[in-house]
Amino acid sequence: MITESDIEHIAELADIGISRDEVPEFTKQFNAIIEYFEVLDTVEGESAPVVGITNVFREDEPRPGLSQEEALANAGSTENGFIKAPRVM
Amino acid sequence: MAGTLDFSPDDRYNAFITTCRQAPFSDGTLAGTAVAVKDNISTAGIRTTCGSKILEGYVPPYDAHVVELLRQAGAAIVGKTNMDEFGMGSTTETSAFGPTRNPADPERVPGGSSGGSAAAVAAGLVPMALGTDTGGSIRCPAAFCGIVGLKPTYGRVSRYGLIAYANSLEQVGSMARTVEDASRLMSVIAHYDPRDSTMLDRPYDHRPVAEVKGLRVGIPEEYFGEGVDPRVGERVRDAIGVLEGLGAETVPVSIPGMRHALAAYYVICTSEASSNLARFDGVRYGPAVDTRKSWHEAYQDLRLELFGAEVRRRIMLGTFALSAGYAGRYYAKAQVARRKIREDFERALREVDIIAGPTMPTVAFRLGEKTDPISMYLSDILTAPANLAGIPAISVPCGRVDGLPVGLQIMGRQFEDERVVDVAFAYEQEVRA
Amino acid sequence: MKTIVGLEIHVQLSTATKLFCGCSTDYRDDEPNTHCCPVCLGLPGALPRLNRRAVEYGLKVAKALDMKVPEESEFARKNYFYPDLAKAYQITQSDKPLAVEGTIEIEDDEGHEKIVRITRAHLEEDPGRLIHVAGGSKYSLVDYNRSGIPLLEIVTEPDMRSPQEARRFLNKLRTILEYLGVFDGEREGGLRVDANISIEGSERVEVKNISSYKGVEKALTFEMTRQKNLLRRGQKVARETRHFMEGRGITTSARSKEEAHDYRYFPDPDLPPLRVADWVAAIDLPELPVARKNRFTAQYGISLNHARTLTGDPKLADFYEEVAHVDPALAATWVADTLLGELNYREMSIAAVPAERIAELLALLRSETITDAAGVKVLREMLDACAAGKPCEPPAAIVEREGLARAAGDEFTQVVEKVVAANPQAVEDYRAGKKGALNFLVGQVMKETRGRADPRELGRIVSGYIDTGGV
Repeated sequence: MITESDIEHIAELADIGISRDEVPEFTKQFNAIIEYFEVLDTVEGESAPVVGITNVFREDEPRPGLSQEEALANAGSTENGFIKAPRVM
Repeated sequence: MAGTLDFSPDDRYNAFITTCRQAPFSDGTLAGTAVAVKDNISTAGIRTTCGSKILEGYVPPYDAHVVELLRQAGAAIVGKTNMDEFGMGSTTETSAFGPTRNPADPERVPGGSSGGSAAAVAAGLVPMALGTDTGGSIRCPAAFCGIVGLKPTYGRVSRYGLIAYANSLEQVGSMARTVEDASRLMSVIAHYDPRDSTMLDRPYDHRPVAEVKGLRVGIPEEYFGEGVDPRVGERVRDAIGVLEGLGAETVPVSIPGMRHALAAYYVICTSEASSNLARFDGVRYGPAVDTRKSWHEAYQDLRLELFGAEVRRRIMLGTFALSAGYAGRYYAKAQVARRKIREDFERALREVDIIAGPTMPTVAFRLGEKTDPISMYLSDILTAPANLAGIPAISVPCGRVDGLPVGLQIMGRQFEDERVVDVAFAYEQEVRA
Repeated sequence: MKTIVGLEIHVQLSTATKLFCGCSTDYRDDEPNTHCCPVCLGLPGALPRLNRRAVEYGLKVAKALDMKVPEESEFARKNYFYPDLAKAYQITQSDKPLAVEGTIEIEDDEGHEKIVRITRAHLEEDPGRLIHVAGGSKYSLVDYNRSGIPLLEIVTEPDMRSPQEARRFLNKLRTILEYLGVFDGEREGGLRVDANISIEGSERVEVKNISSYKGVEKALTFEMTRQKNLLRRGQKVARETRHFMEGRGITTSARSKEEAHDYRYFPDPDLPPLRVADWVAAIDLPELPVARKNRFTAQYGISLNHARTLTGDPKLADFYEEVAHVDPALAATWVADTLLGELNYREMSIAAVPAERIAELLALLRSETITDAAGVKVLREMLDACAAGKPCEPPAAIVEREGLARAAGDEFTQVVEKVVAANPQAVEDYRAGKKGALNFLVGQVMKETRGRADPRELGRIVSGYIDTGGV
């Protein structure tokens, strides 16, 4: 059973904003979905490595990338060639 | 014969997010052919939104590999098609750009998430379009709109430039009115790209052949069970009868892992999505984040405002499924279930050449009909298994129920995309004749 | 109170391109965001491609540290939000690292050999660089040039017992990395350390953000003292993360409300697993520091101290071997003592010094064409030219131009005469048996002749001159 405070914690982990009035509805839906997921409890066995593709590499040879202008073109705001981001201190 | 294609469609179904009125093209096998591209596939210089407000105004500085190939083949890229936001839906109603309507019945959804591509093809605006399929997103709208949709083998088409929703499941594929056109488009896009490390060098270069004599067709009981509209099942059995009439032989098979398929699918796709969609924070692209706030607060405010409810729900589900204390019960178990489903298909496909069943359990829903997430998720039950197993699957129209299209789904062995195309082609040729 | 230290070292591998894209790693002094592409900027739809050389470098280190390479390793996503992390996940290795269980031998505080166990080594990508803008409207500025630089994270067991041991461990590791040619020691921030430190029996503190290996001893000494003082006062050490403030030499608590760290690791679906255990056998390791040091003492007959100094940096050791043929003992003294001192003084790298010129200088010294004092003069002149980016003249030319060739005794008669005449008090003192007086007089002659004569020989000339009644 997932509680409303679990939902708030998950939203925090995912950096997904959640408004107060959404919490009850999200919690209800979450519990219904997770109840459906419970069928996985009946899966037997452990995960075993799937032998598929392995060892895919690129050689260590430089290739041209984007110009500074292209790198910054989609950024919301920039300053002296840097991309502006929220504060972290 | 390079030139420019004028493209001014009557987009009454809201199939497009962006149209290119003057679409340049060059020489090649698709010279001058109008091709629509789903809006989660990067196109240099053409905005690419994934149907989301969070990518509003984003113009990729590079082409996806499949787009490079389209351009090389001479195709005219005439627009970017509508989709469920980030591919998360089966109706194209979760798009931030409004729902697409189904040309077969405008009161119905076109299916999703590649609903815009399907509608553009079904309405005759383009002969072919690219879609992407994570759990059925090509085949579902193909079935609902009455067109052909091919989900290739995982690793056959480059994902480079496809904006990831669930990396381990999804492929770009072709959608068209005929199997032949779907196959032609597949021939253009299925070429090795070293930038996708999960790809194998197995190009598709094939012209469909209508030959099914002696073909062993597996009929899984799970594809005709509970939740499947009996009338849909009947159309599909009729279609399989047509194949038998052409000399194919049917064999009952079983995919016992099906009972875990949908839960495994949703755990895996939401887990991967929660990680893939974390990068949308308004710093490097998309509407700008408020840099005056501290970062978590700024990201949360932005993501609350710009992601739709279904996207936020799936990001949270995936975050939960991977979180400490739950990852073992959900993410890890889902991987085991996935392995078993893959083994089920491998076992079945040793006995038979292809597996056939309905693409969707029902015909197209009414707009606004699916409000509850679980009932929406349940509609992926017949398509998601092919994504979990990484096998090719095609949906080809096979009649109607209540005047609405039904799709026959044909699944094959890994890297035998040619065979599923041939079977679909044989069926199509027979019923058209 | 026993101190317990374990380290996590992030080493930037010196590949030409980033870990998952073809962007050049050589961005020093370049404008921000000029070494970026869709992959390292985390643009939607871009996919990582693994750099083969980074894996080879990782395995080279694994072999040098005697590590086991598991049959399969894989990349995983570490999910967290931070503006320098372009994709909001770091591609790293979690459950299945590249290598496990190795060792490095160091000297403990009593000078005995001891083993530090290496827990694991794994590959991961460096995030971008963040600049904090202070002032009224606070925000950050991001430069993604560093985003995607390959890192090898090396984790030790808590086997070190003092900040000094930790420093010696890092010196040793750094030397090995340089010998392997997988690491550029001159790159700023090329080696960054997080340290776990505790006093036996109490909680462990993680000190983050030590951006130079020289800072480690300082940070740990501060932290050890802080923890011991707390315990002496009967207080408890809190289990926490602290940041090292390099400028102030202190650690500070990283926010009391620790973030809920739940990184939600899972295998990166964009990158197939690695099966590279069988590559290890084919890796040719260069001669490592210990072996080279032993060879130097045996082959060149030089002291252990000189051998240790010379092999402490592979470039210095290579340099020595290029000039040793002139005279191994003379070369060892000149390279390990004189040259190294002059380089440190100038903050110059050995790479800027042409070995053949130093060999020529050593030949002049060996043939006694010049004195040691003149040799130092010539060396300084050569290094000044190198430092200024000018061509380095042959030492013989400098000797010629400056007239520094060792002079025969009689060449100095006039100077000796002049010095003796000018210092009657010193001459008197000498005659009175004061030894210092002779040294003074010789020094005066040396000064006048700019070091061109051997001081011992001059001593004989000066004393002979006075004794035979030259005055």
